[in-house]
Amino acid sequence: MSVLTRSLMAASIIALGTAAPALSKTFVYCSEASPEGFDPAPYTSGTTFDAAAHTVFNRLTEFKKGGTEVEPGLAESWDVSDDGLEYTFHLRPGVKFHSVDGFTPTREMNADDVIFSFERQGDAENPWHQYIPGVTYEYYSAMEMADLIASIDKVDDMTVKITLSRPEAPFIANIAMPFMSIMSKEYADTLAENDNMAQMNNVPVGTGPFQFVAYQQDAVIRYKKNADYWGTAPKIDDLVFAITPEASVRLQRLQANECQLMPYPSPADLETVRNDDNLKLDHQPGLNVAYMAYNTTMAPFDDVNVRKAINKAINKDAIIDAVFQGAGEVAKNPIPPTMWSYNDAIEDDSYDPEAAKQMLADAGVENLDMKIWAMPVQRPYMPNARRTAEMMQEDLSKVGVNAEIVSYEWGEYLQRSTEVDRDGAVIMGWTGDNGDPDNFLSVLLSCAATGEGGSNRSQWCDEEFSDLLAQAKQTTDQAERTKLYEQAQVIFKEQAPWLTIAHSVQYVPMQKNVEGFVISPLGDFTFETVDLVD
Amino acid sequence: MIRFIFNKLLYLVPTLLGITIVAFGFVRVLPGDPVTLLAGERGISPERHAQLSAQLGFDRPIWEQYFDFLVRLAHGDFGNSLVTKKPVLDEFLTLFPATLELAFCAIVLATLIGVPVGVLAAIKRGSWFDQISMTAALVGFSMPIFWWGLLLIIFFSGTLGWTPVSGRMSLMFYFDTPTGFMLIDSLLSGQSGAFRSALSHLVLPAIVLATIPLAVIARQTRSAMLEVMGEDYVRTARAKGLPAKRVVMVHALRNAMVPVITTIGLQVGLLMAGAILTETIFSWPGVGKWMIDSISRRDYPVVQSGLLLIAGMVMIVNLLVDLTYGFINPRIRHK
Amino acid sequence: MSDTSLQLTDGQIRRKMIADFWFDFRRNKGAVVGLCVFTLLVLVAIFAPLVAPHSATLQYRDALLVPPFWSDGADPRFLLGTDAVGRDVLSRLIFGSRYSLFIGVVVVLVALTGGIILGLIAGYCGKWVDTVIMRVMDIILAFPSLLLALVLVAILGPGLTNAMIAIAIVYQPHFARLTRAAVMGEKNREYVTAARLAGAGPLRLMFKTILPNCLAPLIVQATLSFSSAVLDAAALGFLGMGAQPPAPEWGTMLAEAREFILRAWWVVTFPGLAILISVLAINLMGDGLRDALDPKLKRS
Repeated sequence: MSVLTRSLMAASIIALGTAAPALSKTFVYCSEASPEGFDPAPYTSGTTFDAAAHTVFNRLTEFKKGGTEVEPGLAESWDVSDDGLEYTFHLRPGVKFHSVDGFTPTREMNADDVIFSFERQGDAENPWHQYIPGVTYEYYSAMEMADLIASIDKVDDMTVKITLSRPEAPFIANIAMPFMSIMSKEYADTLAENDNMAQMNNVPVGTGPFQFVAYQQDAVIRYKKNADYWGTAPKIDDLVFAITPEASVRLQRLQANECQLMPYPSPADLETVRNDDNLKLDHQPGLNVAYMAYNTTMAPFDDVNVRKAINKAINKDAIIDAVFQGAGEVAKNPIPPTMWSYNDAIEDDSYDPEAAKQMLADAGVENLDMKIWAMPVQRPYMPNARRTAEMMQEDLSKVGVNAEIVSYEWGEYLQRSTEVDRDGAVIMGWTGDNGDPDNFLSVLLSCAATGEGGSNRSQWCDEEFSDLLAQAKQTTDQAERTKLYEQAQVIFKEQAPWLTIAHSVQYVPMQKNVEGFVISPLGDFTFETVDLVD
Repeated sequence: MIRFIFNKLLYLVPTLLGITIVAFGFVRVLPGDPVTLLAGERGISPERHAQLSAQLGFDRPIWEQYFDFLVRLAHGDFGNSLVTKKPVLDEFLTLFPATLELAFCAIVLATLIGVPVGVLAAIKRGSWFDQISMTAALVGFSMPIFWWGLLLIIFFSGTLGWTPVSGRMSLMFYFDTPTGFMLIDSLLSGQSGAFRSALSHLVLPAIVLATIPLAVIARQTRSAMLEVMGEDYVRTARAKGLPAKRVVMVHALRNAMVPVITTIGLQVGLLMAGAILTETIFSWPGVGKWMIDSISRRDYPVVQSGLLLIAGMVMIVNLLVDLTYGFINPRIRHK
Repeated sequence: MSDTSLQLTDGQIRRKMIADFWFDFRRNKGAVVGLCVFTLLVLVAIFAPLVAPHSATLQYRDALLVPPFWSDGADPRFLLGTDAVGRDVLSRLIFGSRYSLFIGVVVVLVALTGGIILGLIAGYCGKWVDTVIMRVMDIILAFPSLLLALVLVAILGPGLTNAMIAIAIVYQPHFARLTRAAVMGEKNREYVTAARLAGAGPLRLMFKTILPNCLAPLIVQATLSFSSAVLDAAALGFLGMGAQPPAPEWGTMLAEAREFILRAWWVVTFPGLAILISVLAINLMGDGLRDALDPKLKRS
């Protein structure tokens, strides 16, 4: 529908004085930030994924609604060769791309689109690799897709074969991630012809449940329902993202019914939400972990007993109360309880200052001075690192450990905390990308991730542990993998490279008349199942 | 006159060059680098870090980068944001109308109220009106506007529910924005109620941003009027028996306007500073908020070009004020 | 002017000047009120530990967000209520006065010293030295002050000290300009030439001879800067770039309180009111000072 007719329609609705909702259902979501762009591949923020990947686009495989399991998306089915190297995807027939101003698709989604979407990220020679100056494909590189994918071949119009260079079980989950969204090659060609390639990032064309309409920078994004959607069509007609960075303002807008749902309420406001008769509150543990990583290569933290002693000296329940204000739960494993293979049999190091004192004395450590690094910013897994560190400091002083709190500007913090000879234990965290345990354990704790610039900030390299992860990666059988990961968690707890602090709980306040919203453990906000009832 | 303008422009060149150095240099000494920030908790290997830095041109000698920056500027290229990858100038131009609309309304509001109040206070010097209005002006001048904005939100949006909480336009309306000024675009859209909505969104931020300029203008007008009214020619006019109103309107006001116009012009820099706070409080999508976000994201190109664009604008406005001043008051020109 | 005035000693002249000044200052009622409030503020800041009923950082976990004493559900222990983690708002405000006054004093001293030195050098040396210094001042003034301060704080790292340094840097061009203008005006006056002929060195000329004669506008500018510094530091604190929590700086308190704007009006209202009152008091004083020091305005 053109802008003009829409305006006229809106004008006539108001002129007649009738209630607009009766004609079309508009759902407003008070989003927390502006999207970086509308091409999901170059970006890394969840905001961008919500605004582009989950609304406008689909992927070959998709995460199950409200879960971390993978189900068919634009690929109806796939076969994996016995050696785990060849993946053959059978594409879903009859999937239509959206039409926008200046582009109407003439064909349905096929193998060319899939190959285009993959190749432009990995192939530096592809004209779309650098279609805007300075564009980089962070996720493609971080998930090691370039090394992993040996070749992509078009078997026929509706069949694509991807050959891997090594068996990698999480591959199916990796391609369900936002950066692997399937773009229209036909649209790309049209843009290239008109010498307007940058438009790809401004006006996205995908196959998703919603079609992009307009974006006013830092203010509003508008979508309309994709009537031709291959899955279950959305129940709302128009979807609006009202960009509202301040949590308190988001809540005010929600209370005024200017929007119907908001993400990331401030813990302080949860009480207000609960007391508001027009609102309801949904919650789920997030797919994240907050931890404190010791530097296991530096004395005295190279001694597992010292690490265990510190773990026992810190009262995590108090941190959950004061810092998370209840919106979190104590962590005992490096992966969150919502993730498959979570080993619930493991027992946490209990809070026991007396035992901690004794253990330190047994280890021959006296008058220990240590540093605690506290990040300067609020993260989804850690509302206030400074306050957490202050509480740890207090706890540690009771067992005779003198802790000093240090902090750096966030960029510097990220970098310095990876240095091999870092002095001190660093408060850090992680939010899962794809729901696969490998995405936590390998990324954060494997030998490969140690070293400067790596994400294993404890510099902990345990051969047995890393072997288990490697084995699990090469097995496609999930039951088998679960066993391996459960065993890995046992080793982790014995060796205690971290103090596992907490998993934060995600709260989502919404209007009472919102139905069908499902919180994603991956932290996505998706609206194709949402409905407004009277 | 042309010579005067030319001299003024010539004077600006080294300052402008200095501004580019400051903008560029400041950004380079910011701690933390954008490449690491982009990688986040995942970390980034030294090799990949070097590769990305090279791709973004951060590995070259600093003077070379600066020179490159100047050459690009000369071609009208302000660089691309590291975060959104979009041209900085495009982003600036889409966001600037929002700031301009807000600042313009604020300064109009401040002038329309401030000047008459100042004049009246001067004429009725020592009256209760003078005392109350000047006390109010001093309170306004001392106002922490970020707090003032919060109070207005609590009262007008929260308690009374008269005005919307934030944003520029009700989400009910949807129309093209060819000018970027919501007040104009809403009228052009022809949708009834749209203009009203734009106005109701604008009113609180404009009041907040106008507060300090209003106080300054009122005070300045009053003292300029007092000064002029003490001058000989006004006394002569009075002595000649001209009606008091005429003396005030024709002679005093006209001459008092010179310093007042200067004051109004000088508020532009202050308005930009105020806009940063006002936009933050009201989630107003303008350049002030954009700059703050970009500083915390270490988005080098945006920070350096944004600083440059904003400083350049302040300079142009100051130049215009200078010229107006020189135009009104020929003595300055020949100094 | 009578002959007797010639016979007065230096000390007498000074006393007479101060008496004149005080006479003029006292006529301005607002200025006197400002002075009283300001004195009170200074006393509160100095004796904060004695005046404050509680510690500024102690958390009463059993009394979160308690409203002020006249509201329902108030706790008599906390006159102005408590904040989100149970700290006494009144005590935090009292301790916060230290920050604001400290910021004002430091910023003005640093900006004043820097500005005077630069202005004296520029005005006295003239030529290219003058051009370079004043051009740099122009560049600083071309940036909106708060924006420049923000960038500077980002460079130096957020925190109270750095915020003060940033604000001082942003303010000093005003002092430099004023000093330079005054020096240019005074430089060729007879008394300066006389002093020079008497063998006074450039330093002595600058500081002992010229400077005391251009103090009036500097003092007025200093009071103005004092109040602006308090405002700007609070603004930086509000934007998260000034004093860091849990310091009870008023702007930082406002920033922390912002999320409770709908729930607990008192945690938002009082810190802002404290800022307003102290800035207002300083500005009232500044107006009085200006009227008393500036003979031209006195006449009108």
